[in-house]
Amino acid sequence: MAEVQIMTGNTAAATAVKLCQVQVVSAYPITPQTSVTETLSQFIESGELKAEYVRVESEHSAMTVCISASTVGARVFTSTSSHGLLYMHEQLHWAAGSRLPIVMCCVNRGVGAPWSIFNDQQDSISQRDTGWIQLYCRDNQEIIDTVIQAYRIAEEVYAPVMVCYDGFVLSHTMMPVCLPDADMVNSFLPPYKPHTILSADNPRNINPVIFPGMRKNSAGILCDGYMEIRYKLQETLEKSRDVIVSTGIKYSKLTGRDYSGMLWHYKTDDAEVILTGMGSIATEATVAVDELRLKGIKAGVLGVRVFRPFPHAAIQQALQNARAVIVLEKDISYGYEGALCSDIKAALYGTGINPPLHNFIAGLGGRDVKAREIFEAVQTSLTEMNNKNTQNKTIWINCRQ
Amino acid sequence: MHEIIWHGRGGQGVVVAAQILAEAAYLQGYLGVTSAPTFGPERRGAPLTASTRISDTPLRTFSQIESADIAVVLDPSLLKVVDVQSSVKDGGLIIINSYLQPADFHLRAGLTVAVVDAVKVALKFHLLKEGAPVVNTPLLGAFARAAGLVALEYIEKGLIKKLPAKVVAANSMALNMAYEETVIKKIGSGLRDH
Repeated sequence: MAEVQIMTGNTAAATAVKLCQVQVVSAYPITPQTSVTETLSQFIESGELKAEYVRVESEHSAMTVCISASTVGARVFTSTSSHGLLYMHEQLHWAAGSRLPIVMCCVNRGVGAPWSIFNDQQDSISQRDTGWIQLYCRDNQEIIDTVIQAYRIAEEVYAPVMVCYDGFVLSHTMMPVCLPDADMVNSFLPPYKPHTILSADNPRNINPVIFPGMRKNSAGILCDGYMEIRYKLQETLEKSRDVIVSTGIKYSKLTGRDYSGMLWHYKTDDAEVILTGMGSIATEATVAVDELRLKGIKAGVLGVRVFRPFPHAAIQQALQNARAVIVLEKDISYGYEGALCSDIKAALYGTGINPPLHNFIAGLGGRDVKAREIFEAVQTSLTEMNNKNTQNKTIWINCRQ
Repeated sequence: MHEIIWHGRGGQGVVVAAQILAEAAYLQGYLGVTSAPTFGPERRGAPLTASTRISDTPLRTFSQIESADIAVVLDPSLLKVVDVQSSVKDGGLIIINSYLQPADFHLRAGLTVAVVDAVKVALKFHLLKEGAPVVNTPLLGAFARAAGLVALEYIEKGLIKKLPAKVVAANSMALNMAYEETVIKKIGSGLRDH
């Protein structure tokens, strides 16, 4: 019987990093992430984790340290939130372009201006197109399990993985977490094999300026140009879906906890109304679904664990019998709608699956999202959808307008 | 599901009390427990809350508590500053650290009030932190007595798990004394209670 501990999301993340025997940690403090790296520095100081902790003056440098250490063959970790993530933005592209299996936790927090230290997902959503795999966690058990899986995924496909979880709501809330056994994690996660070894004996120039066309190198071999390198990154993220699923299946067999899909399901088997979202808002929606079912509404929750690569085929399958869809999200693509909502609609394009769909924008800057509010808003939306007057709409929940 | 809100001031061990209760409840066999601080920055001396949820089944709600079943008040001066009553459901329980009697608090009818002089208990066992009595452990004793949710023996086990070994003995004694000294009264609608 595995040990259960009552812990915060940030302790769960740090514990996972320790279990993965990460070799280099570099981070800069920012709320609500700080206790992840504080805990890691304690693990390193006490010798529980044999790693080097590299102190830096900024998140930009933290990611640069991760890029450098990963290039020379170390398993690395960093974590950040909000402005810290935005400050890393340039280096996020470098990490992905260099095909380095860096794992980072993004403890989701709103972005200024105005200042907010509270939770939403605008920070990680705004880094969507940097070439990172993005995974979202619904509770603290998923945080510990997802970080462990993230290393295996990253090191198999050579792409960085961002593990996202809601600041405060998960990062600072204690709940029971079943601790994976250290031997199990060792057997699940083989040692990291870098694709390129940078060493003094075999000097290389990595990521030099590249011209638009393909060129022969000094040995006369026609090398990839910029577009070929970009194509390969895209192809890798497309193919990473299979790796994410196979990794999840392996992990499920070892732990008995189900990670066999890129989506998770709650009461969706007979559901006509599907609520979907990422992270803790989807967990809260399961309570709203219980209430809706008491009212005779056949509702269910489709939780999205993987945002990039986008699980379009799984979404199509999951929504094929839906008569109404509600997309809940803690972000907004200004001038249009929620980012997840756009992707879900795009996934359904041309499939003939065309249910009425309302997009709930909720919980920005830490505004509390209660199951009762979701329950009430869904009922209002269903009435509007039945009247056939608004089949497609963005609604700001619990917001003066 | 049982929802508990803790009202205290920064530095009083509010968050630790909420955590110990969650640990204790889990040890007793509740599968769903969460404890959370007020989300955001905390300042020493400023009013703050923490929350504990206890359920027979795993919890799927992390939003803030709207209306608690039980409120625990670590600092009675907060009753003048914070609307503690309205944080509790009708028929709920309010546990207060005070040397006064339950009827001395003019709370609405239907509520149950439990009172323990946690300062006296803390001082008896020399539980002091930076010169101030540590009232969170005695209030956990009052909680065990008044709420009937988590047994004293499990709160003691939770305490052992969360606190440094050298302070466990004194805290345990304080816990037990507070349990014994807790006075409980349901507020009726009659005038004699006002």
